[in-house]
Amino acid sequence: MNFSELFKQSNQLCKVSPDGKYLATCVQYRLVIRDVSTLQILQLYTCLDQITHMEWASDSLFILCAMYKRGLVQVWSLEQPDWHCKIDEGSIGLVSSRWSPDGRHILNTTEFHLRITVWSLCTKAVSYIKYPKACQKGTDFSRDGCYMALAERRDCKDYVSVFVCDDWHLLRHFETETQDLAGLEWSPNGCVLAVWDSCLEYKVLLYSLDGRLLSTYSAYEWSLGVKSVTWSPSSQFLAIGSYDEKVRILNHITWKKIAQFDHPATINNAKAVVYKEVERRTAVGSDDLSLHNITIGTTLFNTQSKYEICPLPVQIPVVKPDPDRANPKIGVSTLAFSSDSRYLATKNDNMASVVWIWDMQKMNLEAVLEQTSAVRCFQWDPRRPRLALCTANTKLYLWSPAGCVSVQVPTEGGFQVQSLSWHGSGDSLILLGKEQLCLCFMDTDQEDK
Amino acid sequence: MGEWWTAVPTETSMGSYEISSISHVTMSPSRQNNLMSMYSSAGLSKSSYSVISAFCTEDNIPQCISYISQELASLGLSSTCIKASSPGGAGLDTVPALNAMYELLQIHRRNMCTLEELEKEQLKKSNTLEQMQMSNSRLKDQLELSIREKSGLHETERQLHLKIKTLQSCLKTEKDEVQKLQSIIASRASQYSHDAKRKEREAAKLKERLSQLLVERRDKKLAIDVLNSLGRSDGKRSHWKTTKVTASHEDEMYKSLLSDYEERQRALMLENTELKKVLQQMKKEMIHILSPCQPSTRGATAEDSQADSDGEEKAGDSSREMLDQSCEHAREQLTNSIRQQWRKLRSHVEKLDNQASQVQNEMESNNEVIPKEIHEDEMEKMRCEVQQCKEFIHTQQLLLQQQLNTSFDDETAALLNDCYTLEEKERLKEEWKLFEEQKRNFERERKNFTEAAIRLGREKKAFEEDCASWLKNQFLNMTPFTDRRSCSSSDGQSALSIRSEPEMRMSSTKAQLAKSLTYATVSTPKPTQSASVPSTAELYRTLRLMPDSSSSRHSHRGRWQESSTIEGGDTRVKSKTRVRCGNIFSLGEDENSLT
Repeated sequence: MNFSELFKQSNQLCKVSPDGKYLATCVQYRLVIRDVSTLQILQLYTCLDQITHMEWASDSLFILCAMYKRGLVQVWSLEQPDWHCKIDEGSIGLVSSRWSPDGRHILNTTEFHLRITVWSLCTKAVSYIKYPKACQKGTDFSRDGCYMALAERRDCKDYVSVFVCDDWHLLRHFETETQDLAGLEWSPNGCVLAVWDSCLEYKVLLYSLDGRLLSTYSAYEWSLGVKSVTWSPSSQFLAIGSYDEKVRILNHITWKKIAQFDHPATINNAKAVVYKEVERRTAVGSDDLSLHNITIGTTLFNTQSKYEICPLPVQIPVVKPDPDRANPKIGVSTLAFSSDSRYLATKNDNMASVVWIWDMQKMNLEAVLEQTSAVRCFQWDPRRPRLALCTANTKLYLWSPAGCVSVQVPTEGGFQVQSLSWHGSGDSLILLGKEQLCLCFMDTDQEDK
Repeated sequence: MGEWWTAVPTETSMGSYEISSISHVTMSPSRQNNLMSMYSSAGLSKSSYSVISAFCTEDNIPQCISYISQELASLGLSSTCIKASSPGGAGLDTVPALNAMYELLQIHRRNMCTLEELEKEQLKKSNTLEQMQMSNSRLKDQLELSIREKSGLHETERQLHLKIKTLQSCLKTEKDEVQKLQSIIASRASQYSHDAKRKEREAAKLKERLSQLLVERRDKKLAIDVLNSLGRSDGKRSHWKTTKVTASHEDEMYKSLLSDYEERQRALMLENTELKKVLQQMKKEMIHILSPCQPSTRGATAEDSQADSDGEEKAGDSSREMLDQSCEHAREQLTNSIRQQWRKLRSHVEKLDNQASQVQNEMESNNEVIPKEIHEDEMEKMRCEVQQCKEFIHTQQLLLQQQLNTSFDDETAALLNDCYTLEEKERLKEEWKLFEEQKRNFERERKNFTEAAIRLGREKKAFEEDCASWLKNQFLNMTPFTDRRSCSSSDGQSALSIRSEPEMRMSSTKAQLAKSLTYATVSTPKPTQSASVPSTAELYRTLRLMPDSSSSRHSHRGRWQESSTIEGGDTRVKSKTRVRCGNIFSLGEDENSLT
């Protein structure tokens, strides 16, 4: 495992191009494009203001930089550095900007969700979509980029519009049986649209591409409901995390629950392995307290940690949420399937330092990672069943079915990993700190061995 | 004396009582005398004389005589009328007077006896009364207690009832509260949803207005500034929006949906065929398992089952053929046949289970049957083997140690030592196991021995008993009482023999007799009877008294004695005197016994 030196970045804007060749980072109002393998700067673009959002087009030829405060979007071309494009939303404001899947249209959402403006880079044409709903996840493109589903709100009723992305033709428009639609997501094969209600009601609806209601699922009533929804990459399972600290798995044939994963405070499952991170402060002898060591500084305060396998039963630290506050810190908020759909990683918000890994073949708990501090981010390797996670300290943690490791990031100046993202090949990992970033290269040869 | 006057008439009125009272009166004359003397010695001597002197004087003898005769007549003793020896004279005709006197005395005595009986009765009654009163009071106490308890329980029940009532009322209020709160919640919810809708509408209106304003303002800034337009990512030119295009979109959509469904169907088909394969294989294996086993297990019905399985195989084949057609009929058949086979398999497995258990039982029984000699031999053999092994190991160890001492350095030696200790441990463990086994065997044997010993003891006891009975018979034949015993009532003898059986066995006959005698003198009514057997045997014979009646009477007396606490010595005297006294009433008693 090799680590690069630290690079500057701001707003945690750092993305690898979809073809995996380039790395784009934003530093204040500058956009820096590097080669992923050599880390040499290929291009440098200067925007009009501090960049608040950045996104690669699907063909890796263009980059969109949005400055929400100014209502501006600037697009840069990698092949033609002279080419430029500037979209000004004017006084109506801008809250979100994104590429359409073809990489030739930009969808801008105006302030107050008044409308979505679709700008075409081919024809300079502009079209509007009215009444978009302001919610958790109001738009979603299908994986093949053909269709866009958009949540709308008209006359106190929820609707879903399905557009053909090719020419923004409205394919279907139907009312959903939701009180207050909170989100929608296409299945990876693009044939089923999952729609879920706001947390006040546990309701998940499944619509076919042609707008037929396939199934409705509700686990319980009168209690806070769905918190997160994720499709498995195989489109076989729909995992629903909810406020009752459970994950329910629906199958794609009957759309009924086939499994339920509880997150108990005491782990008694003999099949699960509980890894507990144990910190060990490096013993500092009197001889080591020399000036030399103090100047080196940071390593002195770094603690080494390693995983220990805990004998069952294991008691997990639980934080009781404040019942008087909205959006209580309880329930399963994060769900992620591994790329082969074999494993599901979950995080329960009132057990913030624990990541649960479930085996989707055996439908039981595979492993539990108990960290010393709250888990910030975790992501699966896009190629292998390998999970990377970080807890806002100087370490990187990796889990695979073979075991669990904690790796100290060998950088100076107290680089703390706030978030991470895998390179598409699964060979490297981008670690993001507050103002810096670091690339971590996996030793592929060793992996093969 | 006045007491006596009143007592007499009651006695006479009880005519039927007389016989029993006679039978009961067993007082000896001596005691009568004693009593009389006691009476006379006490107060009577003075007062009665004075009364008598007042009643009869020299002057009024004839009047007295007439009066007494009248009185006697009135008492029903008119037959023996007292007459003056000479009319008008002071002399008295002695014979009738004495007779009258005697009868009076008899009456008096009888009265005394009944009085005594009555007193006894009375005492008993009073005793029982006392007891009754005591038990009554006790019961009363209990009653009171239970009443108190009952009232307490009533009180608690009442309190509980009260509590229930209050709780019920609480529940009711709570329910009301809940209902109220629910209605409040419902109203709030409706209010909220209403407000939300209103606000949303307002917001929508505002948004509409805002967008209108923005459009009207013709915002100059709203613009796109592109250096030169880009080509489409797919390289094609954009199409006109026509109905044809929309139709093509629909087509595309349905195509993708169709392809998805097709794919899904293909996957399902694949899964289905896989499952079918598994099912077929299972079925085949089941047939395979069932068919060869059936003849051996079922025996007589083997042929039938063979035929069955053949038929099934055919059915299976046919179902296999029909599987490809994948019609409902085939599926039904398949599931049915599978179900059948499964049932068979289950029954077969159950049978096997039963057989296995039977075989196990047989094995166990066989194990029990293994003769002891073989067992011992085996044990001996094993012991020998163990001994040999031990020796072998020992020699090996010695050799190794020698080798060690000569060639290896300390470290390896230590290591090897460890190995040795481990080995030794193993060996010891094995030995220990062996010893345990031996110990178990010994214990089993010991148990057998103890059982045998117990059996022996029992036999010995039986033998002893036989011996004792034989001895007893011998002794009874030898004793001088044999003839008497044979003629005396059999009941007494049997009773005696039963009672004194244990002592008979323990000691010699003479000693036994003496013991029984001494035992009799101490107390308890029945032994006294037995004690009187040798001493008053002749008397019994001459009197031909029934031992049962006497004993019952005696026991009655005995109880009386206990309550009145008269010494044992006194009772013995009494019993003797009673028996002598019985002589007088023997006739009457005989009559009683005869009737």
